[in-house]
Amino acid sequence: MSRFVMEFERPLAELEEKLVDLKALDLAAELHLGEEIAELEAEVEQLRVTVYQALSPWERVQVARHPERPKTQDYVAALCSEVFELHGDRLYGDDEAIFAGLATIAGRRCMVIGHRKGKNTKENIRRNFGSPHPEGLRKARRAMLMAEKFGLPLVTFVDTQGAHPGLEAEERGQGWAIAENLATLAALRVPVVAVGIGEGGSGGALAIGFGDRLIMLENAYYSVISPEACASILYKDSSRAPETSACLQMTADDLVRLGIADEIVPEPLGGAHRDAAAVFARVESAIASALDTLCGQELGGLVEKRFVRLSSIGVFTEGE
Amino acid sequence: MPISDWFKAREGRRYTVASADKSADLPDGVWLKCPSCKHTLYQGALENTLQVCPHCTHHFDMSAPDRVLSLADEGTFEETEAGLSSLDPLRFSAKKSYAQSLASAKEKTGLAEAVVTGRALLGGHPVVLGAMDFRFIGASMGSAVGEKIARAFALAQAEDRALILAVASGGARMQEGMLSLMQMAKTSAAAERLSRAGVPYISILTNPTYGGVTASFPVLADVILAEPGALIGFTGPRVIEQTIRQSLPKGFQTAEFLVQHGMIDEVVARGDLRESIARVLDYLCLGDVPDAALGAACPILTEGGDE
Repeated sequence: MSRFVMEFERPLAELEEKLVDLKALDLAAELHLGEEIAELEAEVEQLRVTVYQALSPWERVQVARHPERPKTQDYVAALCSEVFELHGDRLYGDDEAIFAGLATIAGRRCMVIGHRKGKNTKENIRRNFGSPHPEGLRKARRAMLMAEKFGLPLVTFVDTQGAHPGLEAEERGQGWAIAENLATLAALRVPVVAVGIGEGGSGGALAIGFGDRLIMLENAYYSVISPEACASILYKDSSRAPETSACLQMTADDLVRLGIADEIVPEPLGGAHRDAAAVFARVESAIASALDTLCGQELGGLVEKRFVRLSSIGVFTEGE
Repeated sequence: MPISDWFKAREGRRYTVASADKSADLPDGVWLKCPSCKHTLYQGALENTLQVCPHCTHHFDMSAPDRVLSLADEGTFEETEAGLSSLDPLRFSAKKSYAQSLASAKEKTGLAEAVVTGRALLGGHPVVLGAMDFRFIGASMGSAVGEKIARAFALAQAEDRALILAVASGGARMQEGMLSLMQMAKTSAAAERLSRAGVPYISILTNPTYGGVTASFPVLADVILAEPGALIGFTGPRVIEQTIRQSLPKGFQTAEFLVQHGMIDEVVARGDLRESIARVLDYLCLGDVPDAALGAACPILTEGGDE
């Protein structure tokens, strides 16, 4: 059982705990509570389905932010072999909030980029909770251009609350760094597969977060603004995020419906952290099949298709 | 009245405040206080100064129609895509419905969307000219703004006209959710195309320019200008102070700050913008000079003129 309990799964956690206690008691005191245990087990199973099936958008946001949820480095460790990490933007520094490296996925040599959150407080401080500074985004851009130069397909893992909001980030051109990545990604002459594995926070996510395919994990979200920030703008009250997370239509299902994402990778009941190995296998096969389709295509055509697809996003009227 | 007529009606008196007509019967609106030098100003007087305070040169916000008229050679601006307007694909309704916000923004500004685009001449150069209007939902970029900007890029490329965009924006239009965020990628892709085609692109960052708009097409220009004192950045100062608890230096995110940090080319006063842009275009639009067609990369200027 996982240690971190999300608000909405508390009733389930409590029942699960009761079951563990009962089993322990039974074992210790030889009370022969087999029947009661079976009953409680059935109850737990039923509640688990009720709690986890049809999660609300806000509940999905909590799953996407779960501290034990697999992170970019977990995907790299599980899916990639012969990894060679690349450091630095050659302009200012090395931002650990972004991973970039040469890696082999499903037998294909690729360039891999991802937001890198930490697993604990110490790591998170070093990696700034996966929120990149301009130098991180510029390292990513360097990796994109290197991928293009050497004909390596690009695979990205998206998992950030957003680009870092701070004084130094502004001084070094956060907006400029994002924009340059968008322009570069749009015209990159190699296949680009983006995978939303957790949080997709606004411009900092988009800066490595679109391409020829966008694969979303079932509980990953992708949004123009965080539900909390949206709530504090609209209601001056960030605690109304559960409402705004529904308004913003930011779940994987929403993205497919809006024509922005292509595919949803299902997660185990309760979230990816419940059975990471199963999720790794599914993500690997989704990436492999996307690369199989894209790598056979003529490169100029790929860029044109990507451009046409980007250009077609939007809902408007031409007027009278 | 259709916007084309409206432009025509304004051609005669070029630099007018959008709200001037209303203020005629609202005595309170006739006078305003300059937020910078605190002088009380007659609003009508600002019409003759491009909305710049005559005492301290504070630059007041400028509407998009006034902006394009202030930049285009007289009588040359022809609007394109005037009717293009956002819909409400998410049926976004929190506190106030988006449909309501759109309707009231249209009524208030007389515009269909937060950006005005068109063909014009600037210093004799054929250009595609666009301006964003902060009064229209904070000139936020939704589907329609993104589409109009992308079409402006496409038009500039198709007709080999330099692109000039005067930008102001609070950022992405959150009421259109991910469709808005993707406009950042869409407009950046369009900017990249124009750049590869070798067509000049100049952006003018005006107060305020923030968020997802800063982080897309405006900063991909060949030459980036900004008006004095304009606030420009990705994350707004209030959010930075709240999230990071950093206190910010005086002058943070002003146009002058950005020049110092190497992010923009020059701070140019509103009254000098047209001339500055024309001068840059003289260099970047050598395709217009007959000698360039002969392969002369460095045409020799004739004495006393650059034609």
